[in-house]
Amino acid sequence: MLNYLISGISLGSVYAIIALGYTMVYGIAKMLNFAHGDIIMVGGYAAFCASSYLGWPVPLCVLFSMMVCTILGIVIEKLAYKPLRNATSLAVLITAIGVSYFLQNIALLIWTSNPKAFPNMADFVPPIKLGDITIPSVTVITVAASVIIMIALTLFTGMTKMGKAMRAVSEDKGAAQLMGINVNATISTTFAIGSGLAAIAGVLLCSAYPTLMPTTGSMPGIKAFTAAVLGGIGSIPGAMLGGILLGVLEKFAQAYISTQLSDAIVFAALIVVLLVKPTGLLGKKITEKV
Amino acid sequence: MSDTLLKVDDLNVYYGNIHAIKGVSFEVKEGEIVTLIGANGAGKSTTLNTVSGLLKPRTGTIEFCGKSIAGMPAHRIVRDGLALCPEGRRVFLQLSVKENLEMGAYTRSMSEVGESIEKVYELFPRLKERYKQVAGTLSGGEQQMLAMGRALMSKPRLMMLDEPSMGLAPILVDQIFDIIGDLHKAGTTILLVEQNARKALAVADRAYVLETGRIVNTGTGSELLHDDSVKKAYLGG
Repeated sequence: MLNYLISGISLGSVYAIIALGYTMVYGIAKMLNFAHGDIIMVGGYAAFCASSYLGWPVPLCVLFSMMVCTILGIVIEKLAYKPLRNATSLAVLITAIGVSYFLQNIALLIWTSNPKAFPNMADFVPPIKLGDITIPSVTVITVAASVIIMIALTLFTGMTKMGKAMRAVSEDKGAAQLMGINVNATISTTFAIGSGLAAIAGVLLCSAYPTLMPTTGSMPGIKAFTAAVLGGIGSIPGAMLGGILLGVLEKFAQAYISTQLSDAIVFAALIVVLLVKPTGLLGKKITEKV
Repeated sequence: MSDTLLKVDDLNVYYGNIHAIKGVSFEVKEGEIVTLIGANGAGKSTTLNTVSGLLKPRTGTIEFCGKSIAGMPAHRIVRDGLALCPEGRRVFLQLSVKENLEMGAYTRSMSEVGESIEKVYELFPRLKERYKQVAGTLSGGEQQMLAMGRALMSKPRLMMLDEPSMGLAPILVDQIFDIIGDLHKAGTTILLVEQNARKALAVADRAYVLETGRIVNTGTGSELLHDDSVKKAYLGG
């Protein structure tokens, strides 16, 4: 029982980190970046290559992976999304799905569909023993990372000039420009942050589930998107809460109901929450006065 | 008289194929209040939005402090000292009053911001009482004060106000115009767009009348207040 809870929280923390990236980009650029899950996969491969082919130490691998993803995120935004800044949201959504398939197929070309065995990059921390339960090192790192990232993002958007500018851009791009805020640069930065987080999520995800394939990112991506919506998309604590809940729910469903049905149960939970509270658990309704 | 701050010459602006601004020319001198009046759809807001950089002109020149700014991105133009307080206020509803003011000073270094915020609070004591509240909870009049305060935070050499009295109760309209007068006395140059032509002309040094994208009349505020065609069209006879 406690074991399931721990592995659920571990999985949920990975979802939370991915969901934080989703929520950042959605909250500020008002678009769903469905390629987010595939950026995770690229992050995984980047870390894998740095570690297995180049033999770099773990911190360097993680940094390299973050750098690759950050640049990738900025490039994707420039090439694919920026030209659509004034297009309908449907056009942007379809483009994002296109980018997602594009990344998967590029990965297929470069690394083939043979799964790669990902090294555990979290074992520099010893596992924690509580009585007869062992919390694996990757769980310790994942939970810690998700909490730190959540706090850092909250402080960043709440306290810093850039963070406040991001919130201003998310509300009214025109008015933000009139303040002297460079809207394009701000959105670029948002993508850079979201993609950097995706790299961390990729390393942690692959450390916990060490088979790396071109499709590795897509299912966790969708689950994390679900988590972000569950918690209230655009809300940073919401992404965290949604992620953890979803991870725990998935593990319990696998353990007590059915392994095959666990995904169905997870998505059913989302539907129920949205029926009862359409803005998600921590989502706020925007009140406008004109 | 004093130096020309803003000089717009033969400006043409299109929305797709619609020719919205047809060869408009006007200027604003340092220390003046200039107003553009006209009916709905005459092109008043379009003119301000083009000067501020939100819209791009097809042809024509816009010079601010002797420097051409036509076609420059809006976020660069603010830096040069030209602020627009946009139509419909457009304050950031989910940001607090204080954060809104800080955004107004985005182009300036953070160390100078505190002093400017105090000045805005002096001008609008109501904002000081509510500095922690999110702007979405303010009344319409308070939001207008916030929008004006926010525009002032960039320390503009020229402040453009688009319909500051829109949708406000008469007593608040009077208050807003008093504040415009105060700002002017304190040395701010103002370009004012208003539907409320009577009040705008009363406060303005000079005025231009816009009709379907063209300037059809110009003069001092009091000249136009007593001009028969202006009286008939905009002041209710």
